[in-house]
Amino acid sequence: MKANCWYGKRHVQVVDVPDPIILNQRDAIVKITSTAICGSDLHLYNGFVPTMEQGDIMGHEFMGEVVEVGREVKKLRVGDRVVVAFPISCGNCFFCKGEMYSLCENSNPNAWMAEQFFGHSPAGIFGYSHLTGGFAGGQAEYVRVPFADVGTVKIENGLSDEQVLFLSDIFPTGYMAAENCNISPGDTVAIWGCGPVGQFAIRSALMLGAERVVAIDRVPERLKMARDGGAHTIDYEETDVYDMLMQFTGGRGPDSCIDAVGLEAHAPTPLYYYDRLKQAMMLESDRPIALREAIMACRNGGTVSIPGVYGGLIDKMPMGAVMNKALTLKTGQTHTQRYLKPLLKRIKDGDIDPSFVVTHRLKLADAPQGFATFNDKQDGCIKIVMTP
Amino acid sequence: MTTRSLQGTSPKTTRPGKSSSKTQEGSPATGQQLGAVSDRLSENGNGNGSLTQEEQLAYGLGWFGIGLGLTELMMPRRLAHATGLPIRHRGLIRIMGLREIASGLGIITQRRPAGAVWSRVAGDVIDLACLGVAFTSAGADRKKLAAAVTAVAGATALDLLCAQQLTRDVVTRNGTIAVTVSLIIDRSPGDLYSYWHDFTNFPSFMKHVISVQVTGERRSHWVVTGPAGSTVEWDAEVTEDSADTLIAWRTLEGSDVDHRGQVRFEPAPGKRGTLVTVDLQYRPPAGTLGSAIATWFGQNPEHSMKMDLRRFKQVMETGEVITTEGQPAGRQGSTSWKYDRAVRGSGTPRTRGRT
Ligand SMILES: NC(=O)c1ccc[n+]([C@@H]2O[C@H](COP(=O)([O-])OP(=O)(O)OC[C@H]3O[C@@H](n4cnc5c(N)ncnc54)[C@H](O)[C@@H]3O)[C@@H](O)[C@H]2O)c1
Ligand SMILES: [Zn+2]
Ligand SMILES: [Zn+2]
Repeated sequence: MKANCWYGKRHVQVVDVPDPIILNQRDAIVKITSTAICGSDLHLYNGFVPTMEQGDIMGHEFMGEVVEVGREVKKLRVGDRVVVAFPISCGNCFFCKGEMYSLCENSNPNAWMAEQFFGHSPAGIFGYSHLTGGFAGGQAEYVRVPFADVGTVKIENGLSDEQVLFLSDIFPTGYMAAENCNISPGDTVAIWGCGPVGQFAIRSALMLGAERVVAIDRVPERLKMARDGGAHTIDYEETDVYDMLMQFTGGRGPDSCIDAVGLEAHAPTPLYYYDRLKQAMMLESDRPIALREAIMACRNGGTVSIPGVYGGLIDKMPMGAVMNKALTLKTGQTHTQRYLKPLLKRIKDGDIDPSFVVTHRLKLADAPQGFATFNDKQDGCIKIVMTP
Repeated sequence: MTTRSLQGTSPKTTRPGKSSSKTQEGSPATGQQLGAVSDRLSENGNGNGSLTQEEQLAYGLGWFGIGLGLTELMMPRRLAHATGLPIRHRGLIRIMGLREIASGLGIITQRRPAGAVWSRVAGDVIDLACLGVAFTSAGADRKKLAAAVTAVAGATALDLLCAQQLTRDVVTRNGTIAVTVSLIIDRSPGDLYSYWHDFTNFPSFMKHVISVQVTGERRSHWVVTGPAGSTVEWDAEVTEDSADTLIAWRTLEGSDVDHRGQVRFEPAPGKRGTLVTVDLQYRPPAGTLGSAIATWFGQNPEHSMKMDLRRFKQVMETGEVITTEGQPAGRQGSTSWKYDRAVRGSGTPRTRGRT
């Protein structure tokens, strides 16, 4: 089959690889009908995530048709149309039973390595470095899905791929980010980053009852999409974000702040070069520019929710602000499985049509071009969906 | 809802945050002296005296630090020039010098240098912060400063590595390596005990065990992967067996592969399954048979043991061992065990004496 593989910094390539086979009896093989490129893939693409190996198959946002199941697969049948959640979760351990699926204790064969980095290991993740298991991803024609009963949701006909595909990651991710804010009526929520995750966070915050949402980015078409979704916007290159937010909230600050930017944040200030330098010298692995700003802007006693991915160490973390302002930090890889059914229902009920975020439709064979376009934010690109 | 693009006239200003980070060691819970079990299992004895690689690195770093410290103390002006720091920072350089000397002396005068090496790490970080501040101050020569920062950063990385290894390395007592690993498994003590007690189940989760044959009421015969595709065999006997609670074993007298261990199953607090604890002791052996068990336990016996225990947990909780062995990739050959091998390695494990 064809698969999009990682070969180095800013180097992916579609090559022929063997078809996946059932390796465990709870596995299923899914023939992919749609697969997307995620902002998280860009961290791999730009070489910020260690333990990638040349030839690793990328991709963790995908859906398709079940073509083979192992003996222990109970709910899925060959022919089922499914969306697959990006974390791999057993459904049996302490964390899975508590619906904290992205923390599954049994799905990362390289757990010892993540333990060195983080103290404990998160769940395995498709196509996301050997630190999270080295599982072959879904930017391919077929994929092997371990613990298939737990990691999939069946889709009836009547909904298009583009309407349901993002249940695999970014819709639940934006939703969990908003849920983590514990929104009360009257709340103002500020969201850094208007990429796909930010877009879903905006709409989820409003669905969950936020009075006002302020979205921050600098890319015009992303800011426009945010306004279309009901947010006020700030272009951080034109305006000072902190001052603007204070004006907007009468000096109190937003009730919750969401960092939907992550470790590759950009800033038009000298601080950016400071972080770039430290990153280049391996003195810090992540650039926490949006995070610092979110912490400083958040109102006293408010919540900073962090769906943006961080991989290692950051510098100049304003811990004094977190402590003295009594902030709550909420974060994590998304417990996607928890949201599959409730959010599918929201789509069916017409609360939201996730296909709004798609700007580019490509063939899998054009994945390398897709990565470059999405990474460089060319051509108005916000979200790419690929078909085999 | 009408939305708007928020724009203001306020000037752009940067608000650098304050940073503070500290590592802290956890304190044991009240009511019990933790770590007592492995101590009880271990024999007393003296360390083997000679320096390990890490210790040699530590002493090297110690002397390096003293040299640098003296230079900083005696010739702050020249050092300021060499590193690009403004001259008025020479007081700072002197302080850095004192710090270098103190931790350097700490390292070379202590029998267990880990603590002093950690103090070097802390010191390096402070130096880096100072150099960072100097970067932005007027009169700094940025090119030279950058070189100095890079040098200090390199030293930090080295210090960090050394400190971690000294802190986490295998400890031997009288030539015996003792490892304790525990994990919570979401099954009853009885279920876990039964599965473990049937030694023929071991190959399902112990990667290096090929087969186990029960040869008597308390005896079993083990076949295990050795180095370079060979196999090694030994006989073991159960020395203690308490239903649903504990199994202890040891290799038989005269066996070339000399080890003993026990596994305990205790109900975990809060009805969260079972706390499984494995204590294992073995002699890092000499000769071919010796390297067989070294292959099994690898460079880092604690990791290896934990990996096996994790696979036990996977089997008991999910019914299978998670794997990627055999999945496709755009390369020749599989790398799925590469990281596994990085832990186990082969050959004799690194050891360190302790008094
Ligand atoms: N927690 C999870 O499970 C999860 C899941 C998916 C994605 N993510 C992470 O969420 C983040 C966003 O994902 P995405 O797909 O939207 O990526 P993206 O790269 O498309 O979006 C990031 C956006 O942030 C903007 N940005 C950069 N610096 C900024 C700053 N200082 N202030 C405000 N905006 C800034 C960029 O212009 C861009 O539009 C990534 O870090 C991704 O890895 C996390
Ligand atoms: Zn993603
Ligand atoms: Zn689990």
